[in-house]
Amino acid sequence: METSDESLARAAAGGDRHAFTLLLERHYDRVFRLAFRLTGAAAEAEDLTQDVCAALPSRLQGFRGEARFGTWLWRVVVNAAHDRRRKAATRARHAEGWGDWEVNRRAAHDEAAEAVDWLTQAMRALPEELRDTLALVLDDLSHEEAAEVLGVAPGTVSWRISEAKKRLRAQREKEDQA
Amino acid sequence: MSDDLDDLKQAMQAATPVPDAGRKAANFTIAQENFDRLQESRAGARLTSEGPGRGWFRGVTRMITTQLSSRGMMSATTALVALGLVVVVPDWQAGRDMFRPGPAVQKTVAPEEGRARKSQEAVGGLAEMEAAESLAADDMAGAAPPSPAPRMQAAPTEALRGFAAETLNNTAPAGQRDVLIRPENNTEAYANAEPNTLKVTAEDPVSTFSIDVDTASYAVVRSSLIGGVMPPHEAVRIEEMINYFPYDYAAPAEGDAPFRSTVSVTDTPWNPDTQLVHIGIQGELPAVEDRPPLNLVFLIDTSGSMEHPDKLPLLKQSLALMLSKLSAQDQVSIVTYAGSAGQVLEPTSAAERDTILGALDNLSAGGNTAGQDGLQQAYAVAEGMTEEGEVSRVILATDGDFNVGISDPDALERFISDKRESGTYLSVLGFGRGNLDDAVMQSLAQNGNGQAAYIDTLSEAQKVLVDQFTGALYPIADDVKIQVEFNPGVVAEYRLIGYETRALNRDDFNNDTVDAGDIGAGHSVTAIYEVTLVNSDGRLTDPLRYGDAETQNASDELGYLKLRYKAPGEETSQLIETPIVAGGETTDDMRFAAAIAGFGQILRDSPYLNGWTCDDAIALANSAKGEDPYGYRAEAVRLMRLAQSLDRN
Repeated sequence: METSDESLARAAAGGDRHAFTLLLERHYDRVFRLAFRLTGAAAEAEDLTQDVCAALPSRLQGFRGEARFGTWLWRVVVNAAHDRRRKAATRARHAEGWGDWEVNRRAAHDEAAEAVDWLTQAMRALPEELRDTLALVLDDLSHEEAAEVLGVAPGTVSWRISEAKKRLRAQREKEDQA
Repeated sequence: MSDDLDDLKQAMQAATPVPDAGRKAANFTIAQENFDRLQESRAGARLTSEGPGRGWFRGVTRMITTQLSSRGMMSATTALVALGLVVVVPDWQAGRDMFRPGPAVQKTVAPEEGRARKSQEAVGGLAEMEAAESLAADDMAGAAPPSPAPRMQAAPTEALRGFAAETLNNTAPAGQRDVLIRPENNTEAYANAEPNTLKVTAEDPVSTFSIDVDTASYAVVRSSLIGGVMPPHEAVRIEEMINYFPYDYAAPAEGDAPFRSTVSVTDTPWNPDTQLVHIGIQGELPAVEDRPPLNLVFLIDTSGSMEHPDKLPLLKQSLALMLSKLSAQDQVSIVTYAGSAGQVLEPTSAAERDTILGALDNLSAGGNTAGQDGLQQAYAVAEGMTEEGEVSRVILATDGDFNVGISDPDALERFISDKRESGTYLSVLGFGRGNLDDAVMQSLAQNGNGQAAYIDTLSEAQKVLVDQFTGALYPIADDVKIQVEFNPGVVAEYRLIGYETRALNRDDFNNDTVDAGDIGAGHSVTAIYEVTLVNSDGRLTDPLRYGDAETQNASDELGYLKLRYKAPGEETSQLIETPIVAGGETTDDMRFAAAIAGFGQILRDSPYLNGWTCDDAIALANSAKGEDPYGYRAEAVRLMRLAQSLDRN
C-alpha cells in the first residue's frame, strides 16, 4: 500500500530524506503544470517550479497535516507565484525604476506573444486573482478546493470563475471581430 | 457554461508543455541540497513563533515604544508610515546563507489616545526567513541581477493587520500563516491602526482626536467590493466611510465660528444596551461668488504605471470636469513628474479652457516616478502664483508611486509640513488599484493640510472635484481638534468608532503647534461614540467595588465636548465648548451615519456588533436614505448588498 502524502510530508519534515525525494517525485509534474497555468509561459513556469523546490524543505517544517498535502502544496505554489510577481514589481521600482521596468515588461510580453497560444495569452490579460483562480480550477480542483488553497470563500471562487469566463469570452469576441 | 470551461481545460491541457528534464533534475538537486542543509542547521532554521528570537524582539519593541512615546500624534502617524514601509531584508550576501536567523523587525505604532502608543510585533522573523529563501532561490537560478529590493511589501500590511491574526489562524496551518495567506497579491499599502477599544470612563475619561475629512477609504472599499473581494481590514477607515456622505447638519449662523457642532444621543442600532453620541460638525459655505481667486497647480504623475485607463486617462477627464468650476480669475498650472518632469503648462487663466485642455491631452505616461522633484517644482510654481488674499493649492494626482527619488519618506513629509506653513495646501488624488500607496497618500495629505481622495470612476471625480469643489479647495478652519470628556457619573464605558489614525494625545489638544485636520467650505464631519451608561445591563466591565469616581458629581451631562480650530493662516486656536446631554433629535442623517458606522465595523469584523449583520445595515440605511440627491446613499446600500453576498460565501 502506498504511503499517504501526508505521512510522507510529516516524515520529510522530520528529516527523512527518502520521504522528501519520494514526495517531490510524486508531485513535481503537477507543480509544474500548475506553475504553467499560473504564469502562462514555459520559462516562467520552470523558474516558479524551482522557487517552490528550493523553498519546499523549509516550508515543510510548517506542514501540520491540518490540510490535505495537495491543498497545502498548491497554496505554496500560488504564494510563490505571488511572490515572484511582487518581487518583479518591487525590484523594478526600487532598483531600476520604471523605464527599465517598462522595457522588461514589454520584452516579457513580446516573448509571451510568440511563445503561447491564445488561451494562455488571454489568461495573462486577466487580473491576477482571476488568473490564479482559473488556473486552479483548470487544474481539476473543485471550487471548494480552490477556495481552500486561496483562502477565500467558495462563492468567491465561483464568482471569479464566471467573471473570468465572461472576460475571456469578451476577449475572444473582440479578436474574432478584428 | 460548464462546456466553456471544459473547452478551456482541454485547450490548457494541450498547451501545457512537458517539464524540461534538465531543469527537473536541477530542481531536484536544489531541493535536496536545501533539504540537507536544513537538517544540518535545524536549530537555526526553526524560527517559529516560539523561536529564540522572541526576547530580542520584545527588547526592540520596548526601545521603539519609549523612543516614540514622547512625540506628537502626527509624528506617530509619520512613524507608522515610515516603519510600515521600511522592511528589513537581509543583505544580498546574507541571502545566500538561507537559514541564518537574523534580525528582521517590523513595527507598527498604533497611536492610542490617552496612553503610550503600543508597538505591535509583527511576524518579522518568519518574514525574513522567507525573504532569505527567496533570494537564495534567485541566486541559484542566476536569473536576475542581485536586487536589494525589499520584496516583502505585503509584510507591513500583515503587520498592520495584527488584529486579524485570528482570521489568519483559521485559514492556515499554524506556523504557516505568514507564508500562506497573502490576500493582496499587489503592492498596496494602507494606513490604519488597531480599532479603538472600549475605554472605562472612570479610568480614562478624556478622548482626543483630530477631525478627518478624507474619503479615500470609502472609494477603496467600494472598488474592492465591486471587484468581488472583501476589502482588507486595514483599508477600512470607518470615519472616512461616514464622512464620505454629505449630511445636512445645521449650518453656522453668520458671524459665528466658521462651523457649528450638533451633538445628539441616539440608540445604538447594534446594541439595545448602549447609546451613540453623534457629533456632527458643519462648515459654513461662503457664497461661491465671494471666494478669493484660486491658484491650482496640478502635479501629475506620468510614470509608466499611470498608463492604465483608470489612471491617466481618467485623471485627464476628471480635471477637465473640474475646469468648469473655475472662473476667469483662477489660475491653473500643470507640472508633471516622471521621465518627462517639468512644467507643461505655465500659469494660465482658467478662462483659457482650450489651452489647458490641450496641455492635459498632451500628457502621456512613461518614465520614472520621482515624486519629490516634481513636488518641489509644483510648490515653487504655486508660490510664484500666489498674491495677497489668494488661495494656492497643489493637487497631486498619482497611483501612489513615490519610490524612485525618495529615499526618506520622513524628509518628504517634513518638506510638505514646511510648505504648509507658507500657506500652500496639498491635496492628493489617488488613481487605480494594485499599486496604490494609501499610507503615503494619507500621510502626505495629512501633513499638507489637505484632503486625500481616491478616484476610481468618473462619477467619483464628479463628486470630489465638482459637487464638493468648494469644500475640497477652500479651507475655512485649520487644525480642528476634538476633545470629549465623559462624565463617569453617567457614562460607564465609551468607544470612539473610527479615527484610529487620528488619535491625539490628551495634552496635544491645547498645544497649537500640533497639527490636525482641516475643514473646507461646506464640509461636514461626523464622529460617533458608542457609550454605555452607568446603569445599563450592557456594561462590559464591572463597576469598581472601591472606586468612588462614579459618585463624585451630580451632573447628568454625558460629557463635555471641546473643539479647537484656527482660522486659516492663524497661529492661535479658538475654543468652542458644548455639553453633551441626553436626547436630541434623531434625524435620517444620523441614522444613516450609524448604518455606515455599523457597516464599517462589519467590514473590520468588530467584536462589538452583537451579531448585527449587513441585512440590518441595509434595512437601516434604506430607511434613512432621505433625499439623496446625488445617489451616494443608494450606492452605499448596493455595496452593503455586495458585501452581504460576498460574506455569505
